[in-house]
Amino acid sequence: METPTIANSGRKPQSKILIEDLTVCYSDGTESLRQINLAIPENAITVLFGPAGGGKSTLLRTINRLNDLADVVELTGHLYLDGRDVLAKDCDVIALRRNIGMVFARPVVLPMSIRQNLTYSLELAGIHDSTRLNQAVEESLNAAALWEEVQDRLDEPAVKLSGGQQQRLCIARALVLKPEVILLDEPTSGLDPISTGKVESSLQTLKEDYTIVLVPHSVQQAARVADYAAFMLDGRMIEYAEGKLLFTNPKDQRTEDYVEGRFG
Amino acid sequence: MTDSASTPSKARPRNTKRRNLIQRLGYMGMILAAAITVAPIILIVVYIYSRGLPAISLEFLSAMPKDGMRAGGIFPAIVGTFWLTIGTGVIAVPLGVGAAIYLSEYAPDNRWTRTIRIAIINLAGIPSVVYGLFGLGLFVLFLHFGTSILAGSLTLAIMTIPVIISTSEEALRAVPNSFRVVSISVGGTRWQTIQRIVLPQALPGILTGVILGLERAAGETAPILFTVASFFLPRLPASIFDATMALPYHLFVISTQVPGMPIKIQYGTAVVLLTFVLIMNGFATVIRSRARARRQW
Repeated sequence: METPTIANSGRKPQSKILIEDLTVCYSDGTESLRQINLAIPENAITVLFGPAGGGKSTLLRTINRLNDLADVVELTGHLYLDGRDVLAKDCDVIALRRNIGMVFARPVVLPMSIRQNLTYSLELAGIHDSTRLNQAVEESLNAAALWEEVQDRLDEPAVKLSGGQQQRLCIARALVLKPEVILLDEPTSGLDPISTGKVESSLQTLKEDYTIVLVPHSVQQAARVADYAAFMLDGRMIEYAEGKLLFTNPKDQRTEDYVEGRFG
Repeated sequence: MTDSASTPSKARPRNTKRRNLIQRLGYMGMILAAAITVAPIILIVVYIYSRGLPAISLEFLSAMPKDGMRAGGIFPAIVGTFWLTIGTGVIAVPLGVGAAIYLSEYAPDNRWTRTIRIAIINLAGIPSVVYGLFGLGLFVLFLHFGTSILAGSLTLAIMTIPVIISTSEEALRAVPNSFRVVSISVGGTRWQTIQRIVLPQALPGILTGVILGLERAAGETAPILFTVASFFLPRLPASIFDATMALPYHLFVISTQVPGMPIKIQYGTAVVLLTFVLIMNGFATVIRSRARARRQW
């Protein structure tokens, strides 16, 4: 991969995130990233897929600097969001994370009410005006297709929701600060097919307003939702192309083998 | 239980019988072990209360000792133990909880923090009389605090801090790490995360540890022996630089040092000390069970 542009693409989408020669190593040597180059376009779903241990989560967590919490021993290269290097020393990490929503594999609701799960990040950002908070709660729940189900029980503990509802609450929580980017790390791995369908269809709506980077929980899901897809193996970017091209006509033998289920 | 009902294979009924017997014996053995551990606490409480309760009266609880402590009350000892417990808490709780937060939330796993942990474990193993001697040397003599509530509280605090650190750290670590990750991912700082998510969730566990630590401090005799406790001082302490009587030491004194002491005064004093400790224990139990019922993870 010499150029971080998208292969086989007729139009030239605006890239929101530009990754150049990114290398990440952990102290125990697991799931590192080697020389990643990638351009993630705006207002589209970009899927990072591949077998476990390939570095997908690490790449996601590098974008919002959540990897600062991990035991990273080497970090080189550049990661630009709107042209500004996120990995630079002077990057305001808190502002960065407020601009990037994240959803995790298991739904993690905070031990508080449904409403507080959403207002938490707003209050940390210094927003206390109750009209604004209520509005943000309603908007984000609507965007995550959860408002109808919970509008009458906003002050109940969030753990009382079902697994699928909890995960949509987590999506709402990722949206509540009105970020520009949403990172999703296998967001449907613990969900039943119906809840998975709801989450996937809400992603299709959300991409109108957001740049979405998704680690899918299966190749099938990758093929269903990807506008752009990157195949990752052992910390390397093997192939990156538009979704319909990559899944129907992969260039690399390893991509083809994985997509067709010969390993994984 | 018949063999044919308990197992589909009738080939070796004798073995099955034997296994069932061993199973039953083992079960009874464990019940017995559990019962034996419960028995002493019941016996102690019943024995002490049955002998000591007759001594309890308003005068006993609120009057000064008279007649070489052979009559009157134990009021100054009660007040002394109360202030010593408060003083220990004021010193040990912020230090212990603060250290626990540092170790659980901030400290990297390196040689320095491993040294701190080993120090804490060793501190918890030091005999209490050694703390007493150390308190005498450092606080009473070197720092010129004299035998005082200040010196006694500091000594008890040093003894209590390791208990508070380890129980608090355990409570903090029990809070799922995913809560911290989520809080950081939505733009929380480390301190905001601790303050708003981790501490409230860990608070019941921390309080339980604090109470259990203070309860032990309240009942200790050796650390206060050289640092604060008076053999006989029929007035209340006026400041933290005053010496005072205290329940555990008073109990020791009237049980061994004073001839002709009425036995019911000894047991009465024990009842007061035991009640003090049991009440604190009760608080800890209530906090723990209420938190468990409300916990959302």
